[in-house]
Amino acid sequence: QDNRLSIWSVGDLGNAGVNGEYQGEPQLLCDIRHNGDVMDMQFLDQERIVVASSTGTVTVFRHHQNNQTLSANHRWEKAHYHVDQDTSCGGAACTGVICNNPEIVTVGEDGRINLFRADQKDAVRTIDNADSSTLHAVTFLRTTEILTVNSIGQLKIWDLRQQRNEPSQIFSLTGDRVPLHCVDRHPNQQHIVATGGQDGMLSIWDIRQGTIPVSLLNAHEAEMWEVHFHPSNPDHLFTCSEDGSLWHWDTSTDVSEKPSFLHQGGRSTAYFSHNTINQSVVSAWLSNDPTKDRMEITNLIPNQTLSVNSLDILGPCLVYGTDAEAIYVNRQLFA
Amino acid sequence: PSQVVPGADPSARQLCFAWGPAEVLVCETLFGRRGGSPSRAGVRCVVGSGDGGQSSSRVFVVRKDQDIYIQTLRKLFNESHGIFIGLQRSEEELAGKSRRAQLIQVSKNYRSVMRACMEDMHQAAISTRDPALQSQYSTQVSILSAMELIWNLCEILFVEAAAAGPLLLRLLDWVRLHICDVDNMVREVLSSENPSKHELFWNVVDVFVLQGRMDEARHLLSKEASANPTSVNMYKILDDLMKKMPMPSLGNTQTLTEMELKWQHWHEECQRYLQDGTFASNSHMESICKILLGDEDAILEKKELMTTWYHFLVTRLLYSHPTVKPMELRFYAQSSMDLFLGGESSPEPLDTILMAAFEFEMHQVIKECSIALSNWWFVAHLTDLLDHCKLLQSHNLYFGSNMREFLLLEYASGLFSHHSLWQLGVDYFDHCPEYGRVYLELHIERIPLNTEQKALKVLRICEQRQMHEQVRSICKIMAMKALRNNRLGSALSWSIRAKDAAFATLISDRFLKDYCERGCFSDLDLIDNLGPSMLLSDRLTFLGKYREFHRLYGEKRFSEAARLLLMLMTAHIAPCSFWMTLLTDALPLLEQKEVVFSAEQTYELMRCLEDLTAQKSNKQKFQDEDVETMKVEMLRLALARNLARVIVKEGTLEGS
Repeated sequence: QDNRLSIWSVGDLGNAGVNGEYQGEPQLLCDIRHNGDVMDMQFLDQERIVVASSTGTVTVFRHHQNNQTLSANHRWEKAHYHVDQDTSCGGAACTGVICNNPEIVTVGEDGRINLFRADQKDAVRTIDNADSSTLHAVTFLRTTEILTVNSIGQLKIWDLRQQRNEPSQIFSLTGDRVPLHCVDRHPNQQHIVATGGQDGMLSIWDIRQGTIPVSLLNAHEAEMWEVHFHPSNPDHLFTCSEDGSLWHWDTSTDVSEKPSFLHQGGRSTAYFSHNTINQSVVSAWLSNDPTKDRMEITNLIPNQTLSVNSLDILGPCLVYGTDAEAIYVNRQLFA
Repeated sequence: PSQVVPGADPSARQLCFAWGPAEVLVCETLFGRRGGSPSRAGVRCVVGSGDGGQSSSRVFVVRKDQDIYIQTLRKLFNESHGIFIGLQRSEEELAGKSRRAQLIQVSKNYRSVMRACMEDMHQAAISTRDPALQSQYSTQVSILSAMELIWNLCEILFVEAAAAGPLLLRLLDWVRLHICDVDNMVREVLSSENPSKHELFWNVVDVFVLQGRMDEARHLLSKEASANPTSVNMYKILDDLMKKMPMPSLGNTQTLTEMELKWQHWHEECQRYLQDGTFASNSHMESICKILLGDEDAILEKKELMTTWYHFLVTRLLYSHPTVKPMELRFYAQSSMDLFLGGESSPEPLDTILMAAFEFEMHQVIKECSIALSNWWFVAHLTDLLDHCKLLQSHNLYFGSNMREFLLLEYASGLFSHHSLWQLGVDYFDHCPEYGRVYLELHIERIPLNTEQKALKVLRICEQRQMHEQVRSICKIMAMKALRNNRLGSALSWSIRAKDAAFATLISDRFLKDYCERGCFSDLDLIDNLGPSMLLSDRLTFLGKYREFHRLYGEKRFSEAARLLLMLMTAHIAPCSFWMTLLTDALPLLEQKEVVFSAEQTYELMRCLEDLTAQKSNKQKFQDEDVETMKVEMLRLALARNLARVIVKEGTLEGS
């Protein structure tokens, strides 16, 4: 198998053509061989990328921008393994990685949580058997707390300051323990968390209260692989699924009701300040009836065929990849 | 096409082989060529280990379909899959012209994917430094180019079914698109400072004329005329002839008979000029005039500029039978090929395929392509398209399915041996009504599941198609793997997905065993949060409830704990093997200062104990019988004491 990590350039963001269409196809800048499937990856900083492998290895790659090459900077072999680190030949897949420079947290099929520091050879902390089932995804709740989701439908908060190897809180779905595959936290309001399940259901949780989700939204027809709040425009949520669709969830209120200066903000610079504006939409995600609050849900893929495995958003740019070995870039998301 | 297995030498060792779903295993036996009857016992297919003086036996894995592993072709497979699905899902209700337009668009899409792939391959061939790779890429480019040539012709003749008139125009486009050997020469002449002085000038003019590119030819000729004033007259006449040449039109501006009349008239005019000797002084112009008249010898003289017999065919048709009907093509095609090759060279596979197309023998085309190409991609997709055009009579092949299905099945099976492209194969099987499902069932279980995510994808495919057997078997495999790695929660999650009660029981027994050995529960986060999945199996329910008992005890809610404990036994949720443990757990409750168990409950407990000992006395004596007897004795004592206390308590009046 020839798996590679590649870096592509999608042209200058500022150089939109006359009609705002993007110029040309993405160009491959550089790539490097990767051992095992790439299960998850994230930028650690401007130059370094942390990649989680199906062999259980976590690698930090460095992108040299002057000569456009990639090199493996640091590697933690057997970060995830089954039973015994020395004898296991296969290792366990590392399913999720999250970074908060210089800290890196990884989770895997072995139910283990690792905390690494970017330049340290060994793990800073390892929680063995943190979970009896597979941990599918991890994200930071606060700088010292992480959220994990597992294959028996539980959302757990771990406090990394504490030495005990127990989660500080466990949330679970009512009804069937459907495995949860992805998790993301609201960028501004840290008590709002979204998770996606194997049955395609999107759950919104308020971790300040209760142990069950605030709302359950019937979304996709198959596993929801990734859920992301828009980092600067958190009224917008994106989910992608095995059923080949990518949904854009929009809880922003009508344009006509917004104060005028927000309207002038336009599409490409959607940086709302953290004050009164957010107060009015604070309950948008937490309200129980999406229809009452005019949540718009759009499928961004016209002819869906194979699974959309992964997506990411930044500003007006959306990128997603499918099982048909294609990557799509949409640079006019809010047009 | 036959394959040579490098390294396997039948003259040195006897070889044996076995067929697999997409591969053949060939291995060297212990027997040399000298003799010995090959018996089953003698075959040792082990890699590496030798035996005395003999060298080690090797096992070869021969893959049928090499092409799917070519990196640059992956785009072709993926994109064409998308087009295939689009075609299957497209509206069948559209009739006539709109349906045909739709099908032509699909055909064009396939071709553009082929061209994009050719382009990528070409780029790869240029940029690689490895000569072996380079030659491989170049071969692939020429194969793709030939495939696109054939497909384009099939599109014109079968999909579009161009009628007389437009047929010629399409064929002209076809030739122009695919004869690129002359492009360099053309570019050279056009970009030179003084084109008319270039030595290849007349060659280029001839090329334009042969391909029916009249405007470009006239444009070049005008340069010659301005440079050479003496031939201005000749040039004017030739230019005029070329300008007036009637061409079939695409729209309905003229009928075929009108065009034929005009053409006849024009033809006679050219004839006159030639016979008058107008062009006698300039051999080039004279030969052009002869070509315009459709003189075969004159056209054949320009063999190197045409390079192929089908170019010759189209040029011939252009200048002698522009209103050729589709059914007449076969005669001209055969004679063109004979004239062009002239008995010097024999037709190549590509030539036979094109000839079959001109003869409208679709089945022959497909058959010849299947033989010539190393991969089923081309014939599978082309046949599917032709089938949608309702052009293939469903003549059943002797093993039951029709040709379209057979080819699609072969192609998709090839895809399944690839670690990643198998996902495309699933959709192809879906659209094979007779055998698709069976093939899918057989193949889907053989996909290696190295990560959970891959297993989930396979499971989703099976569930969507109600392939329950496969779901169960895959979940069992994953659960077993998880169990071996001590991931009890994962194992439980897989058995829930498959609704596999037996496996859930297995997992619960494992938990209970751990508890008995260690005295505490592992993986409390799982057991405490079973939820409704607890009901999947009785043992699992027991596990959940038993843990709840422990929790209640820990929270000092003794009466509730007592009630639960009793219920576990009386409702027969607990397995008999566990009753002793449960009764032993009751001991601390019985010994509490406060009376926990009521009289009723105590009687129940005693009954359970008696049931248990009665069973035990029938079985053989165990080693630690003494411990057992002591436990029973202690229980009996505790129960009696409790009974005594509770009778007194219940008998006492409150308050007075």
